[in-house]
Amino acid sequence: MEKRLFIKGNEALAQGAIKAGCRYYFGYPITPQNDIPEFLSKQLAKTEGCFIQAESEVASINMLLGASAAGARAMTSSSSPGISLMQEGISYLAGSELPAVIVNITRSGPGLGGISASQGDYFQATRGGGHGDYRTLVLAPHSVQEMHDLTLLAFDLADKYRNPVVILGDAVLGQMQETMIDRAYRPMELAPKDWTLTGAAGREPRMIKSLYLKEGEMERHNWKLFEKYQRMKEEEVRHEASLEEDARLMVVAFGTTARVSKTAIRLARAEGLRVGLFRPITLFPFPDQALLDLSQRVKRFLSIEMNTGQMVEDVKLSVARDADVYFYGHAPGSPPIPEELLEAIKKVY
Amino acid sequence: MGKIIVNRERCKACALCTLACPKKLILFSQEANSQGFCPAELSSETECTGCALCAEVCPDIAIEVWR
Amino acid sequence: MKQVFKRPQSLKDVPFHFCPGCHHGTIHRLVAEAIDHFDLRERTIGVAGVGCSVFVYEYFDIDVAEAPHGRAPAVATGLKRVLRDRIIFTYQGDGDLASIGMSEIVHTANRGENITVIFVNNTVYGMTGGQMAPTTLLGQQTTTSPYGRDFLQDGYPIRMAEMLATLEGTSFSARVAVNTSANLMKAKKAVRRAFEMQTNDLGFSFVELLSSCPTNWGLNPIRANERVEKELIPYFPLGIFKERKGTDYL
Repeated sequence: MEKRLFIKGNEALAQGAIKAGCRYYFGYPITPQNDIPEFLSKQLAKTEGCFIQAESEVASINMLLGASAAGARAMTSSSSPGISLMQEGISYLAGSELPAVIVNITRSGPGLGGISASQGDYFQATRGGGHGDYRTLVLAPHSVQEMHDLTLLAFDLADKYRNPVVILGDAVLGQMQETMIDRAYRPMELAPKDWTLTGAAGREPRMIKSLYLKEGEMERHNWKLFEKYQRMKEEEVRHEASLEEDARLMVVAFGTTARVSKTAIRLARAEGLRVGLFRPITLFPFPDQALLDLSQRVKRFLSIEMNTGQMVEDVKLSVARDADVYFYGHAPGSPPIPEELLEAIKKVY
Repeated sequence: MGKIIVNRERCKACALCTLACPKKLILFSQEANSQGFCPAELSSETECTGCALCAEVCPDIAIEVWR
Repeated sequence: MKQVFKRPQSLKDVPFHFCPGCHHGTIHRLVAEAIDHFDLRERTIGVAGVGCSVFVYEYFDIDVAEAPHGRAPAVATGLKRVLRDRIIFTYQGDGDLASIGMSEIVHTANRGENITVIFVNNTVYGMTGGQMAPTTLLGQQTTTSPYGRDFLQDGYPIRMAEMLATLEGTSFSARVAVNTSANLMKAKKAVRRAFEMQTNDLGFSFVELLSSCPTNWGLNPIRANERVEKELIPYFPLGIFKERKGTDYL
C-alpha cells in the first residue's frame, strides 16, 4: 500500500524534484510559488547539492545554465513576471542544448497583475517568450498528484532531449492541498551525459555555446533543433480524454480549468447533454493529431481557458475545418465555477 | 646573447614590441605577410640579450625567445 | 641557447582575431600562464562573456561555457556549486561586467563564490563598434557620447575594483595594466595570485586589467597604449585593493 500524503501542490512538486535527483535549485521569491524555494532550501541543505536564493530571476536562470552545463539535475521556479525575466536564459538553454526544468506557477497579468491563478502564460510557454526558433516541452498538471508526477517526467524529458522543460502550473494548483500517492520514481533509460563541462582531463576540451558564426553553421544547428522538436512531437504527446465515445461536444481544457470543467460536464451529463473532456497534458507538443482524429466524429469543440483566448488557436489549428471551435474565457481573478462553465457549454451545444 | 623569432604570419605590426625593447632592436620587414602587415623583425642577433620583453608585450604571441 | 619564451600550453596555437595592438591577446596569455603555472588546465572551466571576450572558447584549450551578456558570474556560480574542486573563471569586458552584468558581479562577489573574474576594462564597448561604457572617461568621445561623456547626463565612470573590494565576500581585488613591461609583470603576478586564491579556497578573486582598444579609440596601437598611461591610469589607479590572507570571515 503506497503512502498517501495530504500535501500542497507546490510542495508536491518540490518533493518530486528531489525524488527525481534534482540537487540544485536557484530561484527568487515571488507569490504564489514561494513554497517551492522554501521547501528546497531546507531539503537541499541535507544533500550534497545546494540551494541558492539568487539576486533575481535573471541570475537564477543563468545559475541553472551553469549547473546544467556541469551535468547536474537542476531547476528553477517562478511565476509569470519572473518567467518573463528568464526568457533570454531559456533561449540560451535551448540553443546550447542544455537540460533544465523551469516551473511557472502562473499568476495573472500582464505586468504586475495579481496573485490569483490564470492561464495567460500559455503563449509565453508554448510560443517561447524568448528569441529564436526553439521550443520547450510544456507539461500542464491539473492536480496535486500531477504536480508531483509530471515533475518526475520533466527531469527525464529534459535529459532525454537536452532541452528546457516548462511545468505550467497555476496559483490554485500551487496553493491547494489534496491527497496524493507518494509514487516511486521509475527513471527513464537515458544516454550517459558525454557532453558536460567537467575539466578537460584526458580528453579534448568541450564547449557549451549557442553562438554559430561560421558559414552554414547556424542553419545546420537550427535544423538539428528542428529534428529534435519533431521527435518530441512523435514521441511525447500526452493527453487525457473522457466521455468522448458518444460526445456531441468536447470541452478542451488544461490545468485548473480542466478540473472545474469535469464538474461542469458531470452537471451537463445529468441534464442529458452529451459532453466530454479533452485535456492536453503536454501543451508542447500539442495533441493535435488526437484532436483531429476526434473531429472526424465530434463536430463541436469548446476551448475553456482562464485567459482571453490562447489555447483555442491551437485547437483551431488541430481540427482545421473539420469541426467548429468555440471559446469561453474566464479572465484571471478567482477560478471559474462549474455553473458558469455549464452555461457556456449550453450556449454552444 | 639571445635571439627572437617572429612568426611572420601572426604579427600584426602593432609595434608594441618596439616600445618594450630596451635596445631598440626591432624594425619592420619590407615584405608584407598574407594579411598585409609588414611584420616585426630583429635587426641584430649579436645585440639581442634575449630579455624577452618584446615577447611579453606582444598581444599575438608572435615572438619566441632564446637565450 | 635555450628557449626562454613560448606560447603557454593552455592557449591553442591559433591566430588571435583581435585588432592589432589590442591587449586582449596579452591578457589571454597572462591567464593561460597562470593556469599553466598551477597546472590547472585539465580541471579549469572558463565562462565567456559577450563582446570581444566571447571567443575564449576558440583560444583556450579548456572546457568553456558561453554565458548570456553579463551573466557569466551567475553561470560560473552554477558550475562551481556543482564542481567544487574545479577551477572556474569568467572573462568579461566592461559592458558585460559593469553594465548589464552589474547585479550578477556584485552578488557573486558578495556571496564570496570561490571563482576568479578577469575583467578587461577598455572604456568602450568594443565588439559593437565603440559605444559608451560605464567606464568611459569624462569628456571621452564615443559613438553614443559624441560630445564627450558628461557627468550631468551619464554620471562618472565606475571604478569596479575598488567597489568590489568593499564587499566582505571579495577575497582579492586588484587593478593592473599591460601597457608597459613593468606594469605587465605586476599584472602577471596579480592574475597568478587571483587563481591562487581559488586553488586555496579563499573565495572570490577579481582582477581588473586596463586595456587599449585602438580601433574604437581611433588611435594607432602605440598612441592607444600611451592613452592607457596618460588617461586611464590617473582615473583608474593600479594596485591591490584587497587581499585576504586566510579565511577570516566573521
